[in-house]
Amino acid sequence: MTLSVGTGRKADVEILDTQGLWQPVDGLLLEVDQLQVEFRTRDGVAKAINGVSFELHQGETLAILGESGSGKSVTAQAIMGILDSPPAFLTGGEVRYCGRNILTMPDEERRRVRGPEISMVFQDALSALNPVFPVGWQIAEMFRKHRGMNKRDSLDKAVSLMERVQIPGAAQRVKAYPHQFSGGMRQRIMIAMAIALDPAVLIADEPTTALDVTVQAQIMKLLNDLQQERQMGLVLITHDLGVVADVADRIAVMYAGRIVEQSDVFEIYASPAHPYTKGLLESVPRLDQKGQELAAIGGLPPNLMRIPPGCPFNPRCRYAQDICRVDPPPPLREVVYGRMAACHFSELVLADSPELEVTQTVDDVQAALEYGPEPEVVSEPDRIAEAGRGPGGQT
Amino acid sequence: MTREVVLQAENLVKHYPIKAGVLRRTVGHVKALDGVSFELYKGETLGIVGESGCGKSTLARMLLRLEEPTAGKLTFDGVDVYSQKGAAMRRLRRDIQIVFQDPYTSLNPRKTVGDIVGEPFEIHTDVLPKGDRRQRVQQLLELVGLNPEHINRYPHQFSGGQRQRIGIARGLALNPKVIICDEPVSALDVSVQAQVVNLLGELQAGLGLAYIFIAHDLSVVRHISDRVGVMYLGKIVEIGDENQIYSRPTHPYTQALLSAVPMPDPTTRDSREQIVLTGDVPSPANPPPACRFHTRCWKAQEICSIEEPLLVARPDGESAHDSACHFAEPRVVV
Repeated sequence: MTLSVGTGRKADVEILDTQGLWQPVDGLLLEVDQLQVEFRTRDGVAKAINGVSFELHQGETLAILGESGSGKSVTAQAIMGILDSPPAFLTGGEVRYCGRNILTMPDEERRRVRGPEISMVFQDALSALNPVFPVGWQIAEMFRKHRGMNKRDSLDKAVSLMERVQIPGAAQRVKAYPHQFSGGMRQRIMIAMAIALDPAVLIADEPTTALDVTVQAQIMKLLNDLQQERQMGLVLITHDLGVVADVADRIAVMYAGRIVEQSDVFEIYASPAHPYTKGLLESVPRLDQKGQELAAIGGLPPNLMRIPPGCPFNPRCRYAQDICRVDPPPPLREVVYGRMAACHFSELVLADSPELEVTQTVDDVQAALEYGPEPEVVSEPDRIAEAGRGPGGQT
Repeated sequence: MTREVVLQAENLVKHYPIKAGVLRRTVGHVKALDGVSFELYKGETLGIVGESGCGKSTLARMLLRLEEPTAGKLTFDGVDVYSQKGAAMRRLRRDIQIVFQDPYTSLNPRKTVGDIVGEPFEIHTDVLPKGDRRQRVQQLLELVGLNPEHINRYPHQFSGGQRQRIGIARGLALNPKVIICDEPVSALDVSVQAQVVNLLGELQAGLGLAYIFIAHDLSVVRHISDRVGVMYLGKIVEIGDENQIYSRPTHPYTQALLSAVPMPDPTTRDSREQIVLTGDVPSPANPPPACRFHTRCWKAQEICSIEEPLLVARPDGESAHDSACHFAEPRVVV
């Protein structure tokens, strides 16, 4: 990786032993290729990820957008290799970092990727940090484990990192415990840990979801500054269409374990090419205008143990035709130059052509899903499976 | 236009004692709510926004009299709520109902939907004769867009959005006049959230309900509210109709809050000015003196830490609305 990227800040960090080992070709850092993950549970197999592919370049922010259960967090965890197996199993695909598949790497080697090269910021800082160790100790652990530093040097480094993420009084608070910090400050501590070894790729999984909006603004600004400063590739996982619009370069929209649309941020907001993206954009209330009724997408995201045949979005889709229900799920294809979408009718969605034959109204969809086949004719095993899913039933 | 006031809060105060030491002596107070006044008119929605810890949920509990006030007065339809006792209070409770935030924990997992939605009739037995209850519950389910045949199902058989509908049906059971919605959609996904917001809108139009809509999502609040109050550390700092608050906010906190909301439109990325506040919300156990926002405010001057600004009408460019700032002036932030 490029450690020399022009910041004076690096002067006090010793030369990393991994330098030269990982060299991105043409700035291409991370390639995820046809990744598949399933969860084998007592109640059946939930197909959480069904062939996800994307690329990440240096200095780029890729946002993965999706609702709960769409597989966005599982994708991140699969890349990091932190999925619990069982129940999770990688059933296919590759994750290449600088051209090498990290999924098949021996654990020892992988440990040298995870942390120094690719690191992650989690959603809930309170549960991601260890409550019984001081925060400084936890940040310093990165230097102790990966760099073999002694306690004192590593703690000094932790202090300077805490200063970098703008924690006031870092030197005094380095020995404080996670519960003594506010939510925003804890998130800063996690970010400090994640960037400690100057990774080339940072994966942020809903980094601001648990925070208030004024604090969210602070954290997003910090992440943005750090990314600019270090030319990191940032994968931002979120369900917030507002956050994405502010920071992302490219967006991948996920639905039922697939990327259904991938494109430049400006184009996707201006004219979505997939009906799901379109529906999402129409269903968010806007701060700057008082709308009438929200155009909600009818129905619910599918149960991952029973993904509908055909295009997984077809029961909720206003554009759905017979082909959508019968043919295998449409692959992600280039609809317009540089814009990928997985829909048979993307051209029509793009144009939102008036002559398009809309086969179902929103009400039909709503009715079909609320009362329709799923709950009504639940077979006994299904019913139990559903029961076993329990509250939550999301990633 | 004269509008009928259904609910009137006057100077509501709730302090929770902090106890410490062996003798559990009171060493201080968490000032969760420190003088909140507002009126709720018939059939309108009053949105309450603010960050966590500002007292939004305490306010909800006070309005339902789930908490006894430290001071203040709450009037419902001319009746003083906090002085009612026994049967009279129970009767009053029918008219003010709540929809909770978390549809996963606010429904008893061991009860069927019919039991949950029908429970209000078990408590208020004189509302409906026993024989009619099941039918009424089915009507309610239909009203909120659920299949009435699902009356014997358990909460876990429903998705988050459907569960929230069950919670709403329960809230509607006794034909209340006011529903307090405490973050009713914040646990839901965007596409499902829109369905529930629409449902709340339809119910209001159909049944003439008044809502207190508490949320931290400013976009949702704008969408559903007629008037909006902004809270900071136990006080309302600005209140006005939806357009006044969002288009011509005069309080610096409101301005910062609005400017921090990311807009789902990448083209506004560079043109929009964002006011990034420093630091966190101070502890309500030890709030800053006088104006509580002065520690984070870029406009703060000496007077802000000496004299508390009152929540009174201040000009906002076109008209005037209530704002608690010495230096209130309108600023366009969205």
